Amino acid sequence: MTSSLRLRAGLVSIVLLAAFLGIWHLATRSAGTAATMSPEYAKLMGLTATQGKSAMPGPLDVGVKLWEHLRRPFYDNGPNDKGLGIQLAYSIARVGTGYLLAVLVAIPLGFLIGMSPLLSKALDPFIQVLKPISPLAWMPLALYTIKDSSISAIFVIFICSIWPMLLNTVFGVASVRKEWINVARTLEVGTVRRAFTVILPAAAPTILTGMRISIGIAWLVIVAAEMLVGGTGIGYFVWNEWNNLSITNVIIAILLIGIVGMLLDQILARFTRMVTFPE
Amino acid sequence: MSDKFISIEGIAKRYPGAGGATTTVFENLWLSMARGEFACVIGHSGCGKTTVLNILAGLDAPSEGAVIVDGQAIYGTSLDRAVIFQSHALLPWRTVLGNVAYAVSSKWRSWDRAKVKAHAQTFIDLVGLSGSEHKRPSELSGGMKQRVGIARALSITPKMMLMDEPFSALDALTRGTLQDEVRRICLETGQTAFMITHDVDEAIYLADKIFLMTNGPGAVLAEVVENPLPRDRGRTDLHRHPLYYALRNHIVDFLVTRSKTFATETPGHDPRNVPLVHIGKPGLTIATGGDEQRLAWTAGTSPGLTA
Repeated sequence: MTSSLRLRAGLVSIVLLAAFLGIWHLATRSAGTAATMSPEYAKLMGLTATQGKSAMPGPLDVGVKLWEHLRRPFYDNGPNDKGLGIQLAYSIARVGTGYLLAVLVAIPLGFLIGMSPLLSKALDPFIQVLKPISPLAWMPLALYTIKDSSISAIFVIFICSIWPMLLNTVFGVASVRKEWINVARTLEVGTVRRAFTVILPAAAPTILTGMRISIGIAWLVIVAAEMLVGGTGIGYFVWNEWNNLSITNVIIAILLIGIVGMLLDQILARFTRMVTFPE
Repeated sequence: MSDKFISIEGIAKRYPGAGGATTTVFENLWLSMARGEFACVIGHSGCGKTTVLNILAGLDAPSEGAVIVDGQAIYGTSLDRAVIFQSHALLPWRTVLGNVAYAVSSKWRSWDRAKVKAHAQTFIDLVGLSGSEHKRPSELSGGMKQRVGIARALSITPKMMLMDEPFSALDALTRGTLQDEVRRICLETGQTAFMITHDVDEAIYLADKIFLMTNGPGAVLAEVVENPLPRDRGRTDLHRHPLYYALRNHIVDFLVTRSKTFATETPGHDPRNVPLVHIGKPGLTIATGGDEQRLAWTAGTSPGLTA
């Protein structure tokens, strides 16, 4: 039953994809008549004006270009022409660094806050104010103080991924089932051992949910951050290709951003499943 | 009552209520148990039974008074007092063996892994879960989960077991089997047991002494009923004992009517000398706490007592 449902769902997915590609293809077909103009003028005008080609690339153009990128993902022809693999690697490395730093800060801090009602109440106003700040708003301050655009991008990732993790850790730690704590108490388990043997495993699913939300946000923010700081990364690539008016490359970048984001999410989802135990 | 293994001395529990007022769940509660005794507490919800158990366990502190176990006042929890929780409270990320081993390694911290495992295995075998050691709690039935809870409590070889309605979430058949197990284990190991229950039959089958508590707030321990049934009672012929129905009627009457009216009907009730009720032997009724002899049993309130 479930396998046949999967099969049918897969079929529907393929049909939808085919329909989308078909409509896209039809919508971006050449409009036919080309305006007559002098060859010199035609050179300046591009294919849209000379051959009546749509300004929007069709799926076939994107496919051909994507294949070109996939064949040579790591070429490096200077600052403005690097392979997509290199650009993605820059972005992933920035997200990874900022995110890991956030994990190192958010989880221990969240543990402390979750276990101490005093700290929880004392820090709450700060968290409530800092949490809704758009991470990009930190960018000028980061650039001014750090004076390094690449590290500033990492800082922006750090600051945006810390809040969901921190809040989820606090919530997970504070809402561990009372009876599990009581089990540890009746067994005279010390605070440190209790934190690692009861609270951490009990809060792990909630913490990992926070980490999953964070990685999603970090991946959203890196594109915008790299558009601002420039130089390298998939966000910079998107902006650079927009400046080149290469809509095909922009579409390819959008597709790849989606796929990488999905993969990051799936990795965290798998970790979450590994630490979740039904009762 | 020469041997007071457990002595609850004048404890009270108050919570701050709305507008600066305090809500008193119970106050001036005195209660004692001898070593190896099995006691059940019966009373309606909200009378503070669970609070009494939590205070005994050390999970909760009384607002007044003290609890003395084995000659020492208790502060906080102790590995001498094991708790079997109503909702079994197994750690779902640990296996059956892992849950029991967690308790074992908490008690004997210097033991190596193999020793802990062997010790835990003994108690898993004792509760009849051999073969399920590596299952996680989610793979077990309700009865099996509670067996793990029992194994975990017993594995630390406590001086006493505290049970908070341990079988209330189980079906009748499983409950019966587990009651048999608990009774057998407690008799074999000479455990002192303190159990909260709503089930009159469970109390009659398991307890040596039954504590009857009135309704809260302001609950009091009204009576201590001594179980007249022989110690080697069996589940199947329990109800044929001549005093069974007298005992049962007495408890049910208390729960149905007297638990509500006790406070107004018995103005001279002395919480330090709670009447000890001997079913069928009214003349022998004596007080629990002091030397004073008191007559608690009256034929009028409990019809059928002399059956």
